[in-house]
Amino acid sequence: MLEQLTEVINSTGLLSLTPGNLIMWAVAFGLMYLAIKKGVEPLLLVPISFGIFAANFPLTGLMEPGGLYYLFFHNGIQNELIPPLIFLGLGAMTDFGPVIANPKTLLLGAAAQLGVYAAFFTALLFGFSVAEAAVIGIIGGADGPTTIFLSANLAPHLMGAVSVAAYSYMALVPLIIPPVAKLLTTPRERAMVMKQMRPVSKGEKILFPLLASLVIILLVPKSAPLIAMFMLGNLFMESGVVQRLTDVSRNELMNIVTIFLGLGVGATMSAETFLKPQTIYIFILGVLAFAFAAAGGILIAKIMNLFTTNKVNPLIGAAGVSAVPMAARVVHQLGSEANPQNYLLMHAMGPNVAGVIGTAVAAGAFITAIH
Amino acid sequence: MATPVNSPMVGKLISVDVKVGDQVKENDPVATIEAMKMYVKIYAPASGVVKEIKANAGDVVNPDTVILTLE
Repeated sequence: MLEQLTEVINSTGLLSLTPGNLIMWAVAFGLMYLAIKKGVEPLLLVPISFGIFAANFPLTGLMEPGGLYYLFFHNGIQNELIPPLIFLGLGAMTDFGPVIANPKTLLLGAAAQLGVYAAFFTALLFGFSVAEAAVIGIIGGADGPTTIFLSANLAPHLMGAVSVAAYSYMALVPLIIPPVAKLLTTPRERAMVMKQMRPVSKGEKILFPLLASLVIILLVPKSAPLIAMFMLGNLFMESGVVQRLTDVSRNELMNIVTIFLGLGVGATMSAETFLKPQTIYIFILGVLAFAFAAAGGILIAKIMNLFTTNKVNPLIGAAGVSAVPMAARVVHQLGSEANPQNYLLMHAMGPNVAGVIGTAVAAGAFITAIH
Repeated sequence: MATPVNSPMVGKLISVDVKVGDQVKENDPVATIEAMKMYVKIYAPASGVVKEIKANAGDVVNPDTVILTLE
């Protein structure tokens, strides 16, 4: 009788709970609070935080080979399936018009990747391995799916920490960009009104994803999974003849895979992998990466202005940290504070969407160099 | 000489925040548009009296659209 009772008690999770599990629950509830009460990236942080919560119950086998979350993680993330599917949806909502009208902005999107490399080298100094440092650096690109993609490829054990860092800093873009931008620009530079953009024809918009694929995938073949899907989504939208595919890519498909992505990422955050000093370093380096990226864009914009006649407002360089369209909105706000007649939103969209491409290319370059 | 107030970018006109006959100063907000899911205030390019309102809330506006004129 007593023996049976002990057996029943032992088969519950209660006695197998560890302090680590409890701390991870606290982390999960903290993220849930941010997502639900503060509106911080709720579409991602709600599934991620619940994934952390559920994966930290003992004896469930959710994350053991064959377990439910393991299946999401293994089939969706580890084999790099879901991030490219999200890129399909992103492509189907990205308007490349501002880039086509002002191709210089592509350079600014590339310049912001300086932040990625600055954080990469700093992480090396902190003693992270080359692969780990690359995954930490890519946080500065402010692109969640790319961060997860690269980490699945190079350092799966860091995935939980880097993706949570990327998504939470993305929500903090309105706090991170303004001090950096104000430090590096004068009020007069911020007040500068840019020349109105030329209209872009439908033909140009259809050709753009094809030309961009040609150039980027030939140069950095390892960026193909992300870029090819991104450009396909864009072609869906710009061709105008497959409205149903455009809609399903950016709505239903994206929403569905987001659930599996969030749960799978959250479930990687077990106490053993997450509760380490390196997690704290990742968060510190992540915010540095963001700041460096904004600074890189602004400085290159200022340098570019030395050589060109049609000058750009250096603020739009800060929009090169992808975080679409949040970074562009913050830049617009800064410009409008300096001069109410200054409407930078659409100008900032150029570096902003170019930043997405830039980060995907940087990830491809890391994979090529490190593998 | 009437000064046209155009939309600075493509967007949806949410509201015109002044009435015909209102006195506005340069850099006063006169209208609100929505672009990239963000409300963008449009500020008067010059001081004057609102002469005519030429667009309605809900209209899609672009840089060629005159929202209102000032005199």
